[in-house]
Amino acid sequence: MIKRVWHLPWIGWLVSQPAIAAWEVNITQGATAIAREVYDLHMIIFWICVAIGVVVFGVMFWSIIHHRKSRGAQARNFHENTAVEILWTLIPFVILIAMAIPATATLIKMYDSTESDIDIQVTGYQWKWRYQYLGQDIDFFSSMSTPREQINNEAPKGEHYLLEVDNPVVLPVGKKVRFLFTANDVIHSWWVPDLSVKKDAIPGFINESWAIPEEVGTYRGQCTELCGRDHGFMPIVVEVKTQAEFDQWLADTRSAAEAQAASATEEWTLEQLMERGEEVYNTGCAACHQANGLGIPGAFPALAGSPMVTTDMDAHIDIVLNGKAGTAMQAFAAQLSAVDLAAVITYERNAWGNDTGDSVSPQRITELQQ
Amino acid sequence: MDTTLSPNMDDTDHGHGPAKGMGRWLFTTNHKDIGTLYLWFSLLMFLTGGCMALMIRAELFQPGLQLVQPDFFNQMTTMHGLIMVFGAVMPAFVGLANWMIPIMVGAPDMALPRMNNWSFWILPFAFSLMLSTLFMEGGGPNFGWTFYAPLSTTYAPPSVTFFIFAVHMMGFSSIMGAINIIATILNLRAPGMTMMKLPLFVWTWLITAFLLIAVMPVLAGVVTMMLMDIHFGTSFFNAAGGGDPVLFQHVFWFFGHPEVYIMILPAFGIVSEIIPTFARKKLFGYASMVYATSSIALLSFLVWAHHMFTVGMPLAGELFFMYATMLIAVPTGVKVFNWVATMFHGSMTFETPMLFALAFVVLFTIGGFSGLMLAIAPADFQYHDTYFVVAHFHYVLVPGAIFSIMAGVYYWLPKWTGHMLNERLGKAHFWLSFIGVNITFFPMHFVGLAGMPRRIPDYALQFADFNAVASVGAFIFGFSQLLLVYNIISCIRGGERATDQVWEGSHGLEWTLPSPAPYHTFSKPPVVK
Repeated sequence: MIKRVWHLPWIGWLVSQPAIAAWEVNITQGATAIAREVYDLHMIIFWICVAIGVVVFGVMFWSIIHHRKSRGAQARNFHENTAVEILWTLIPFVILIAMAIPATATLIKMYDSTESDIDIQVTGYQWKWRYQYLGQDIDFFSSMSTPREQINNEAPKGEHYLLEVDNPVVLPVGKKVRFLFTANDVIHSWWVPDLSVKKDAIPGFINESWAIPEEVGTYRGQCTELCGRDHGFMPIVVEVKTQAEFDQWLADTRSAAEAQAASATEEWTLEQLMERGEEVYNTGCAACHQANGLGIPGAFPALAGSPMVTTDMDAHIDIVLNGKAGTAMQAFAAQLSAVDLAAVITYERNAWGNDTGDSVSPQRITELQQ
Repeated sequence: MDTTLSPNMDDTDHGHGPAKGMGRWLFTTNHKDIGTLYLWFSLLMFLTGGCMALMIRAELFQPGLQLVQPDFFNQMTTMHGLIMVFGAVMPAFVGLANWMIPIMVGAPDMALPRMNNWSFWILPFAFSLMLSTLFMEGGGPNFGWTFYAPLSTTYAPPSVTFFIFAVHMMGFSSIMGAINIIATILNLRAPGMTMMKLPLFVWTWLITAFLLIAVMPVLAGVVTMMLMDIHFGTSFFNAAGGGDPVLFQHVFWFFGHPEVYIMILPAFGIVSEIIPTFARKKLFGYASMVYATSSIALLSFLVWAHHMFTVGMPLAGELFFMYATMLIAVPTGVKVFNWVATMFHGSMTFETPMLFALAFVVLFTIGGFSGLMLAIAPADFQYHDTYFVVAHFHYVLVPGAIFSIMAGVYYWLPKWTGHMLNERLGKAHFWLSFIGVNITFFPMHFVGLAGMPRRIPDYALQFADFNAVASVGAFIFGFSQLLLVYNIISCIRGGERATDQVWEGSHGLEWTLPSPAPYHTFSKPPVVK
């Protein structure tokens, strides 16, 4: 549907027109009853505005066309009329009341987050989301999976460019899902248009919202509160599944987590850790410290050749696990598994010519985490 | 209005003209010189902020990152917003106020001329400081013009301290300017110029000046709290220390919402001067215009949290701010109806200032409609922080505030320079701007509704086409401003002599003066009957 390579952008734009199916111009009707109600409300207000516009601009353009000097129009002398002025204060007032009634009704419904079937805590991080299914023993991070090569125009862009993640949040169809929002660093905002849920995720606070998705499918959204450099690269993918598929997903996710934990007790070679570490680094660290480890001067320190990663190993492990207060360096202890932490630290100590030969075992990380 | 102008070029004048050389501009206390300085400064900032906007639109022409990196993109959006608000729109209005208010009320000068010089000269320093942050290590402010904490405190680049000092300086300047305007209007009116005979531009500026005095200290307060959090270990906005990130937003928008009215009320005044002139008819509903402006100003203090519908307020708060916000549509509607009624059965001509004023009425009303839609809280959850909001406030601020400033400049330029402007160029500038503005901002409604968040340097493929259109429009609008610059300069250097009245239907004290307006006016106050 939308697959274009632009050689001459403007001409490309013109000739590609017939091939484009969607010039989307309106909000979605959504996948929940609330979203449909919001859509209807939006359309009501829109048509009221159009009607007022037609009347006001109609009179205005009538005057512009007919009451112009070049047509010999003589200016009349009236310049106030109390009755008219009161009337056009009262009529808009009545129209506003007519709009406020359905808006209030919808708002009251949106605020009723009681009696949920599932509670999911959503935590915003720079620049990924963490989903914890409360009481379900499910806890994972979700990051954008669009490769940097596509963003930097070094590879053709995929169909869901910028709107795809490694671990989507999964919901069962027809159940009331309550979301609890908070954030780890700055304010983010979780928005999925089809669910008509947009709520700020604020550090130190818990906000709530809810949805009952009515159709199986994949729904996409993005962070909508400016949260720093990669604000534009923080998508949300919601997969709504049938109850049976959802239960299967829960079981699969739990056993994957157990396998992950078990692998921490295995022996890992330097090569294995380096390979895994590069992957982890590119998803979790490269956004700030860059893929080449050089960082961004003045904002994010370089890792290549840094004393932190070439000499003092304890300090290095500590900063990766616990972050650094007052800076953008997050605590990764809760975000990554022991294996991933060991791998990424090992990778940083050996990549980009650091070549310390140091290797950190997952067991050591596990001990430190306990 | 019946006015009798006492001769002002008599021997009381002692031939005091402007000083020679640079000293004239550095040390001047003359309201006309200071008005001119403000206007040139604002034009320079408008072009600077505009170049940043073009950088943003160039990056957004296609999906993918082509020209700039995300961090620099964020610096551009932040600086574009700050410069346009504090550097372009506000100083332009202050410049028009300096030039026109003393003349319109029959005063010899501003009430506090030395402070007037001071309040202007702070600005170039403030903006030099702010622009210099772009070249500092870690880059300039990159957290949006609303600079929400903790992104702008804990996670900000080191240059944020300089940004805070620059904001403080702008605040000093604005407050001093506002005090001066209030003092001039309340104390220096000519005999017979009662409050209900004030020209509407003067009325709207009086109300704006009170808004400025009320809210600039709030802005100063919030940036001082940021400074404390960053350097002195306080936790106003740091949840980990017991602070509240949402407090920042409440305080910011308690300043920020009246601020957006500061940027539109003088525009209402300018348009209310221009439309009657070119419709050759008195303004319809003068009294209700004054009351409507005052009501808008009062309501502006009660609606700040409609910028924060998604922060998780209680239902009662959400409802209150929704109703109060919707209510603003009533006085705003009265103003639009009055302008239309002024045109109705007039005898209209369409010189450049009138074209800009008419475009103002139409496009500002469209911005008002999207504003009303945004006021409806449940629907706002879908609009908030998307390009629909970007479209809304650009319709209010570009064809609103900026078109009105251009209308005012074209309207009063012959009075300032003594030369008529080049109508053909003026009309070309108008049409290119009008078309450019709509091509730029109208598609933003669509991408916003379709789901594109604001302040992102790259976007999903379904938003590509409208973004390409918007970028083309931005370049049309941007480059057509060179016509404005050329027209102003050529009008200063020469052109057809302007008469005293300049426009056939013009009314008010400023048109009783010679063109160009003499350096010192009204050494004896005119009598207004």
